Amino acid sequence: MLIYILKRLASAIPTLFVIVTLSFFLIRFAPGGPFDVEQQLDEVVLANLNRHFGLDQPLWMQYALYLGGLLRGDFGPSFILRDFTVSELIMSGLPVSITIGLLSLGLALMIGVVFGSIAAFKQNRSADYSVMVFATMGITVPTFVVGPILQIVFGLTLAWLPLGGWNDGAIRNLIMPVLVLALPQVAVVARLTRAAMIETLRANHIRTLRSQGLPTLTITRHALRGALLPVVSYLGPAAAALLTGSIVVENIFSLPGVGRYFVEGALNRDYTLVMGTVVLVAVFVLVFNLIVDVLYAVLDPRVRFEG
Amino acid sequence: MSGTVASTARVKGTSLWADARGRLIANKAATASLIFLVLMTIVSIIGPMVSPHPYDRVYTDYVRLQPSLSAYPHAEQIGPGVERVAARIRARAETVEMRGETVRVTLVSPQRAIDERNLAFFDRSDLFHAARVVERHEEGRRLVIEAPIEWKYFLFGTDGNGRDLLTRTLIAGRVSLSIGLLATFVALVIGVSYGAISGFIGGRTDAIMMRIVDVLYSLPFIFFVILLVVFFGRNFVLMFLAVGAIEWLDMARIVRGQTLSLKRQEFVQAAEALGVGSKGILARHIVPNTLGPVVVYMTLLVPKVILLESFLSFLGLGVQEPMTSWGVLINDGARNIQGATWMLLWPAVFLTSTLFALNFLGDGLRDALDPKDR
Repeated sequence: MLIYILKRLASAIPTLFVIVTLSFFLIRFAPGGPFDVEQQLDEVVLANLNRHFGLDQPLWMQYALYLGGLLRGDFGPSFILRDFTVSELIMSGLPVSITIGLLSLGLALMIGVVFGSIAAFKQNRSADYSVMVFATMGITVPTFVVGPILQIVFGLTLAWLPLGGWNDGAIRNLIMPVLVLALPQVAVVARLTRAAMIETLRANHIRTLRSQGLPTLTITRHALRGALLPVVSYLGPAAAALLTGSIVVENIFSLPGVGRYFVEGALNRDYTLVMGTVVLVAVFVLVFNLIVDVLYAVLDPRVRFEG
Repeated sequence: MSGTVASTARVKGTSLWADARGRLIANKAATASLIFLVLMTIVSIIGPMVSPHPYDRVYTDYVRLQPSLSAYPHAEQIGPGVERVAARIRARAETVEMRGETVRVTLVSPQRAIDERNLAFFDRSDLFHAARVVERHEEGRRLVIEAPIEWKYFLFGTDGNGRDLLTRTLIAGRVSLSIGLLATFVALVIGVSYGAISGFIGGRTDAIMMRIVDVLYSLPFIFFVILLVVFFGRNFVLMFLAVGAIEWLDMARIVRGQTLSLKRQEFVQAAEALGVGSKGILARHIVPNTLGPVVVYMTLLVPKVILLESFLSFLGLGVQEPMTSWGVLINDGARNIQGATWMLLWPAVFLTSTLFALNFLGDGLRDALDPKDR
């Protein structure tokens, strides 16, 4: 198992390299630069700025320097938000993004698995149909529609919850973003669980348990183990979807997370900030996928690692 | 490795497509979705042409109007409307009187005679047509004029700049739908040719080509889309060529899998034995046979792309004003939810219903074309 993990990590290095290279040159060749803002800067000032940030050197040199910095874990200074290094910015945004991300993931798994199982047990009955209609809606109605609607209802009309803001992670501020972010994932998890559960409930070992007259709860426990496998393998794509969603959610509810830094960085050509967030996200997705694969093998004895 | 060629009796059977069509029509949700989508497309194409309001026409007197079935201006808007015009003429509206289709106004200027050329302000206002002087009193310091009221319908209301929301929603539909189709078409062309070539050649080439797909798969997708958008400087045709150029990965995998199993089948071997070249086999035998799953995937890709476009437009990265798309309108609506909920409502309803229909149609097609199902 350890060898397998090491191998996977080693194979992630070329992928990371491609990601860094692609995004470096994409953002560099994009029209505009970090310093052409509203009013034209004085030529001398511009030259000094370019020299300070190393933009006067040839591009391949900058690329080499950036790669060197990355290897030392140095993301460089931010071009727009002066006085901050990219690491500092990421460190300030990361807790926000991780908090809403993890809470949403947990919520999605809990509600999704419960709803999916209920639907499977009551297959083709009204409970099943309502879960499935809800799931279709959750998948189709985009986050940026649900968010503002919740804001109208709970923020404005009922005035129960604040419209947005982080407020040091107060629960009142977290409820709406987490709900909105979790909703599409709840829907997908419910669908997956339902399909897998229906299949598992027909399996031989479950039929045996039923014939022995065991209580439903015990049967559910045994069935869940089989039914959860597709859900576990969905965790990788789910994490990616949460990252995408968090860009929108952070935008709607004005949360100071990593997603917002990325969008702002890309718009303002803050080269290092963009690169920093991309590298961070890439590493996160790679590591998360690895964890999911290992988890999958632990749950399913049929999967064995080839060393 | 030689097989005997069995004599094939000609049996009149239902073709795959006829069979699939039958199944699709039997599926009520899918048929309804198909009809809905056709209607939506027609309305989006024709609607803006027949609409009395150009999509980018700004009615400064009609900002954030509520949706209404009756024509504007409503009775209570006429008084303030006349007063605004009067102020520009530098006169005071002493009496305002509605007479059916026209409004009769007595304008009074305390010192100087009213400059009658300034009456053009009535026509320039969005509420009235050109005004006509009926009576002159006190050496032109008191005028009685009549101006026909300019009736306008805003069934969906207007937006924050005073543009007709119905026309804008339909124009947005045009943009969103065409972007969805364009990007899907690009993904289709790249994905099918890449997958078919990779699967058909096989061996080392296949391994390398699929390894490239694997690497591209692990890119943080949305982040690259945003980088591409920035890179292409918001030219939205290029932008969606770029989106299509990213979305082809799944398509390539699907087609490759199909090709791998197809190329071992007898009819391909027969074509090879008859001396048909690789290109001919790919074009005549492999690609047409992969179309079933490809069509299903395409139908499900269109809503994905439309959603992606709306997502980008929502972040302010997509289509630029005065052009618009459902995402742009939803973004506008979300900013104006206090007091102008219809601005969010209409585009949201149009977008989600289209996405629903596309998803139902895709599911229906999958059921109709899925060979596992028979």
